[in-house]
Formats: sequence, C-alpha cells, structure tokens
Amino acid sequence: MFGKPSRTSRTLQYLALAGYLIFLGFPLVWLLSTAFKPPRELVRLHPTLIPDNPTLQNFVQAFTEQELGRAALNSLQVSLASAVLTVLVAMPASYALARFRSKLGTAALGWVLLSQLFPFVLLIIPIFLVLRQVGLANTHAGLVLIYVVWALPFALWMLQGFVRNIPRELEEAASVDGATRVQILRRVVFPLLAPGLVATALFSFISAWNEFFFALVLIKTPELATLPVALARFVGIEGTARLGPLAAGSLLATLPSLIFFAFMQRRLSSGSLAGAVKG
Amino acid sequence: MTTLAERPDVERAEPARRPNRFRSDRTTIYLLLLPSLLPILVLSVFPLLRGIYLGFTDARAGRNVEVSFTGLANYRELLGDELFWSSFKIGLLWAVGVTVLQFLLALGLALLLNQQLRFRGVARVLAVVPWAMPPVVVGILWKLVYHPDAGLINEFFHRIGADGLRTNWLGDFSTALPAVIIVGVWAGMPQTTVVLLAGLQGVGRELHEAAAVDGASTWHRFRHVTLPALAPVIVAITSLDFIWNFNSFGLVYVLTAGGPGGKTMLPMLFAYEEAFRYGNYGYAAALGNVMVVIIIALLAVYLRRRLREAN
Repeated sequence: MFGKPSRTSRTLQYLALAGYLIFLGFPLVWLLSTAFKPPRELVRLHPTLIPDNPTLQNFVQAFTEQELGRAALNSLQVSLASAVLTVLVAMPASYALARFRSKLGTAALGWVLLSQLFPFVLLIIPIFLVLRQVGLANTHAGLVLIYVVWALPFALWMLQGFVRNIPRELEEAASVDGATRVQILRRVVFPLLAPGLVATALFSFISAWNEFFFALVLIKTPELATLPVALARFVGIEGTARLGPLAAGSLLATLPSLIFFAFMQRRLSSGSLAGAVKG
Repeated sequence: MTTLAERPDVERAEPARRPNRFRSDRTTIYLLLLPSLLPILVLSVFPLLRGIYLGFTDARAGRNVEVSFTGLANYRELLGDELFWSSFKIGLLWAVGVTVLQFLLALGLALLLNQQLRFRGVARVLAVVPWAMPPVVVGILWKLVYHPDAGLINEFFHRIGADGLRTNWLGDFSTALPAVIIVGVWAGMPQTTVVLLAGLQGVGRELHEAAAVDGASTWHRFRHVTLPALAPVIVAITSLDFIWNFNSFGLVYVLTAGGPGGKTMLPMLFAYEEAFRYGNYGYAAALGNVMVVIIIALLAVYLRRRLREAN
C-alpha cells in the first residue's frame, strides 16, 4: 500500500480487478446486446456478444405490443405522486425534528432500523385488509399511500439532516428583523432546503419506481400494473424472440434510478450530504 | 445559495441567549409532526402489530371470515411441515451464502479501489450500477445470462469448447440454488463495497506507515491495522446485508419463482404462496414471526461474538 509494490503483486492486483470488471460488467453488456438484437439474431443457435445488425425494434415493440408503455405511465404516476406527497408530509416534521428536541424524533429514527427487521409478509396482510376496508385495495391511491408511509422514516431522517445544516442564526437574524415565523420558513428555510427536498423527492420516487412486492400483491387489475410487475409478468411468456423486447423494457426501467445515482454520485463519494446546503 | 457563502464565520460564536420563541409551544411541534406520525402509526406500526397477532390466529382469505385466536397451533403445524423445514434450510443457505460471499468479494474490490490502479474509475462506476437496478430487472438480466439457449454462460462454454458444461442453470436441481446465490451476490455487492470503501478511507495512514517502518508485511498490516479499524463497519454492513438477504423476495421470484421443485423456495416466497395463493393468512403470518425471531437470535449470537472479540 505504501512504497513501491512489487511487480508481481501489481500484476495480481490488475488480474483481480479484471476479474471484477468481467463479473460486474458482462451481464450488463449482455442485457444491452440482447436489447438491440433483431429477432433473427435472438433465435440463432449461437448468439454473439455484439449484434450484427443492431436495431431499435425491440424498444418499439416493448411499448406497443406488451403494454409496457401503459405500465411505465402507471409507474410514473405512482412514483411522482409518492415523491410529492412524501416531501410535503416530511417537510414540517423534519423541521420539527431538527429544531426541537423531542423523544418522538428518536422514536421515528429507531423505527427506521426496527422496520428493516420485519419481513414484508407480516405487514402486507394487515395493510391489504385495511386498504380493502376503505376501498383502496387495487387502486393507485392505495399504492401511493403505502409507498409514502414506507419512504417516510428514511425521508424524515434524511431531510432533518438537511435542516440541521441550515444555521439557526439565519432564522434568528430574520426574526430580529421582525419577520414572522411563516415568513422565516418561506423566505429563509425553504430556499436553503431546496437541494434536500429534491434529494428526498428523488429517493422517494426511486423507491416507488423500483418497488415490486406491494405492487404485486395490492394491484390485481392488469391495466393498473406498475412497470416491475408488468416486466415480471412478461418474463413468464415463453419464446426466445421475446427476450429482445424484455431486455429493452428492462433497460428503460433502469434509466430513472441510473439518473438518480449519477445525480447522487458526488454526494455518495464525498461521503456526506453536508455539501448540499452550500451548493 | 450565495447568501450562505457570504455569512461571516464569527456568527458561529454562541450568542448569550437565544430568542425563546423557537421552542415555545409544544402544540406547534405536535402539529408539525402529526402529518408524518399519523400515517406511520396507521399504516406501519399498527399493521405490524396486527400482523404479529395474526400469527396466533387461524385467519384466512375472504370477506367476513371468523378469526379466532388459536395460540401456538400455527407453530405446532409449522414444526411438522416438511415444506417449511426445507424452505427454512434454503433460506439460511441463501442468506448466509450471499452475505459471506458478498462481504469477501466486496472487501477485495474495496481494497483494490482504494489503491492507485488504472481503470479504477471504470470499476467504481460498474460497481455501483447493479445497485441502481430494480430487483426485477436484475432478475431479468440474469435470466438472460443463464438462458439455456440464448444465454451468455452457455455460449461461453461452447466457445471455449466445453459443451459438456452447458446446462439449464436455473432449471437444474443441482445448479439452481448456487446460480441464484451468485445473482444475490452480484446485486448486493455494490452497496457493501461502497460502505467498506468509505470505511477504508477512514483508516489512518500514519498507523500503516508506522507498521511498514517496523517491517510488517502487507498481510500483517492488513490483519492487524486495517481489519481492526474496519471492524465496526464490517459488523454493521454484514448484519444489515443478512437481514436484507433473509427477507429478500423480488429477485428470486423473477428468477425461479421458487423452482425447480422448490429448490430455491426462500421463506419469503413460501410465505407469499401460503398467504396469497392458498389464503392461509394466519399461517403465513406465523411464518413471518418465526423469521423475525430467527433473525434476531442469529444477529444476537453474531453481535455478542464480535463484541467479545473486540474486548
């Protein structure tokens, strides 16, 4: 690690790195390659790594024939609604958690960890029964509700960190200048909190977009299915030629989270979200 | 955002007394917290408690079904249920196998990424991509890789002239579970790597240099400097990984749906089938309770051991 490593150990390190790159990368390359292959190449006895005649046909087909288009729209609706609602609900609470010491805050944070322990099976049956009672089973509204509640503990934890990064002195200065509390929140806190709100909304959007289990159990009408459920159903359809549109749909389903991770990359690598306020 | 940058640093000094109105009224606090706490109570805490309770009843699917408390009857039935035992064994193999492999591979990758190597940037990006994929997509991706006719692996074996090794990876009784475990490792490795890498970057350079001056070999420095410094991070991430893996569902549901012949029937899949295919809500909830108890017990043993080692 320090000084000059010997030639052999360097070679070994590069060999290991190459192994990792192959293990991590090749499945991704295969997905890309399958997504761009025309049907004739898909059913070929010995498939190639790089398509001879790449085509966009699979993407078109995925969204016309297999109704992945509608599923994507459903997912978009549900995820957007979840993101907006999560932020709206979490904003006041995270402010309270950050600015006032309260046992409730500790309890909410403890719940984040504790809730990880319990398998979804324990939650899903009572949730299903509750939603059915109020007529929200098999609706997008019910799904959004669950997603918001599920994203809330983490969103609260994340957002109150952002609030803490806003110097209390700014609020106090505004208060000395005669601003009312509502004015302080609107003019001082809200603008500085914007990056945190965006990050929280993105987190909530992605967890809703990727979620599979609740959507599988709660949504029974095929027309209401979200993208992961529609894709999983698509897997059941036999035939090698179907793999192209399946791969294409999967690629598109990954795009939002890829964008999210690209966006968060800087913060992930800097190791903290502290830089967000200074933007 | 410039307003903040222009803030003079002297303001950091504690003012003699803060205006008190910020902590004045408790009602405001509760009003601010209510919109978050109410939904969590109604749709998270309450369902969880009710779910635990359901495990002690004979609840079944359907409207207006009488639910009665049956005590430990579900658990007695579980003990005699061969499918439960086999699913439980598979679940443990899966969770322990994935967690251990994930950790070892992630540690190796994190150590490599922590060095001045070329292609490090590519590896860093690649190491994060699986994390960004929805579990369903990871399942589909590996179904394509394992595909008996159009799959990458079988084609690779054909190209190197080892046609004898071609097989239906996810459909064969002997290869299905290992194949699924590899997918679990692939999907969960990125997060573990990122966490371990962050931990490695916190290990003091001075310690390393001092050890190197004293003539400690690379292995010695790793064993006696890096590992002890990394221990808390390792314990935290492996515990979380184990919980996530034991409770995982979507990935294997897409890959094999528990097949072939129940060879990859994880406890969550088993519980899902019991609840939503056969409508045995009480029985499925009991299974969930057993899973929680097992996870807590295993974690307790693991954490106690680590704690004793640390002392």
